[in-house]
Amino acid sequence: MTIVSSLTPEQRAVAEREVYVETPLRRFASDFSDSRIALLGLAMFLAFISLAVFAPLLAPQNPYDLSTLDLLDSRLQPGQSLSTGQIAWLGTDGLGRDMLSAIMYGLRISLSVGVMSALIALVIGASVGLVAGYAGGWLDAVIMRIVDIQLSFPAVLIGLVLIAVLGTGTEKIIIALVAVQWSYYARTIRSTAIVERQKEYIEAARCLALGRGVVLFRHLLPNCMPSLIVVVTVQVAHSIALEASLSFLGVGLPVTEPSLGRLISNGFEYMMSGSYWISFFPGVALLLLILSLNLVGDQVRDVLNPRLQR
Amino acid sequence: MKALGLDRPIWDQYIIFLTNALQGDVGRSFVFNTPAIDLILLRLPATLELAITALILANVLGIPLGLYAGLKPESVAGRSVMAGSILGFSLPGFWVKVSLIMLFAVELDWLPAGGRGETATFLGITSSLFTVDGLRHIILPATGLSLFTMALVIRLTSAGVRETLPMDFIKFARAKGLRESRVISVHVLKNILIPIVTVVGLEFGGLVAFTVITESIFSWPGMGKLLIDSINFLDRPVIVAYIVLVATMFIGINLVVDLVYAVLDPRVRLSDAGGAGT
Repeated sequence: MTIVSSLTPEQRAVAEREVYVETPLRRFASDFSDSRIALLGLAMFLAFISLAVFAPLLAPQNPYDLSTLDLLDSRLQPGQSLSTGQIAWLGTDGLGRDMLSAIMYGLRISLSVGVMSALIALVIGASVGLVAGYAGGWLDAVIMRIVDIQLSFPAVLIGLVLIAVLGTGTEKIIIALVAVQWSYYARTIRSTAIVERQKEYIEAARCLALGRGVVLFRHLLPNCMPSLIVVVTVQVAHSIALEASLSFLGVGLPVTEPSLGRLISNGFEYMMSGSYWISFFPGVALLLLILSLNLVGDQVRDVLNPRLQR
Repeated sequence: MKALGLDRPIWDQYIIFLTNALQGDVGRSFVFNTPAIDLILLRLPATLELAITALILANVLGIPLGLYAGLKPESVAGRSVMAGSILGFSLPGFWVKVSLIMLFAVELDWLPAGGRGETATFLGITSSLFTVDGLRHIILPATGLSLFTMALVIRLTSAGVRETLPMDFIKFARAKGLRESRVISVHVLKNILIPIVTVVGLEFGGLVAFTVITESIFSWPGMGKLLIDSINFLDRPVIVAYIVLVATMFIGINLVVDLVYAVLDPRVRLSDAGGAGT
């Protein structure tokens, strides 16, 4: 108090104008940045996103422009220079493609497929789960039994079975990934919705004779968001890993869209003859990407968990 | 076309399939022209052998490591065990297996990179577990397959131990002057067994599913590799046979886990009896 009272009126006015307003977003940001390792994860993830988005500008060569490739450059070790004089920091693959560029372009595909399928699954799963939790009764029972049945099988298996039925192709992979993931969202939001619908604001909204859709999506949904956000971060990582596994098995994305999983599987053929880098570096990129998302997801979960609320 | 019944309407085909499936016949492979279920069953032993070895590895290594990490959570070794288990979760499984091949088969040349090796028949079971060459072949795939489950077992065990240690009955057991080893093996372990049995049981199904990836990488001649080949050849009856078999297996595993519950935990039995009585 002594410091405040010793200020001149002008200084006090300035201090009061800059009074810190604690909005939920600011509180979340400050809680999140408590953990150094989560910040590191976030930085890594943002770096990966910008590498993917700006790949055409940043990459030393366009790995799909066959005119820039030289077969004489094939299977160069990391650090050797290409015939164009550029240095292939991560080596080249069997066709003389610079691995660094291939990884950047692969990141684009992995990230876009992973994020897109996680978001579509979010929309479907959240709507279904919200309706199930709000409606209750037989509808809830039917939906949740379907979710239970699906969750008792491993995701890889369901993905493989769907691919076997649908055939391969980018949109089919996304369908398979969505079909695998929607149940996680549905289950999460349903358990939150069941608690929330007992609360007074929902009762109040119903008393105002608001439409069912308005109550569901304008009142109930925003209050279920925290638990959903946690699932989203984890599921994006999960869906990137799953897509990589399927592509690695050769039943994922088509050859014309080499994601990180496909790059690793291409390099696998050369590994037995000692060219470890073709498979190793895409693997490291995939690993860091998934790790960064998991680090972020862990901290988001801790911050948003109502049981740990400070 | 006609011999395979593909000229009929789709619902007709479905009814024929259902009738035959109920009699244990899920169709003939388009590629091999033998009953699909026979093809799968021929490959089943190799897959089971891999999955069971991985399950044993995960528990034999996972439970002691988890115990240690739970008893000494602050020690360097305990912390690194927990950090390692996080890696086991977040590393993409197939990349770990590729790295295992890279390190142990290519760079160090200690172990073979693929195949099942020699098999031998013992007590009517043909398995590569009974020959030295077969054992050498199974080490890498089984280790790679077990890592995820091992990480899970480690985390469950250590969490269970840390929850159980402050309980009164542990204090009482120590106050009685029991040896520490007996306190841990009887009083602690018995109480944390339930979640471990559940997860291990359910994970066995997961292991069988993940053999698809492991078998492709290590060219292990099991049914997972058969599935991938069938998807690539569009050999539909084999895919259907695989799905039917694995789904049946999952239901069986879930049932067994539920039954083992009742044996392990008297509370489950009591609450069931109480529920039936009221």
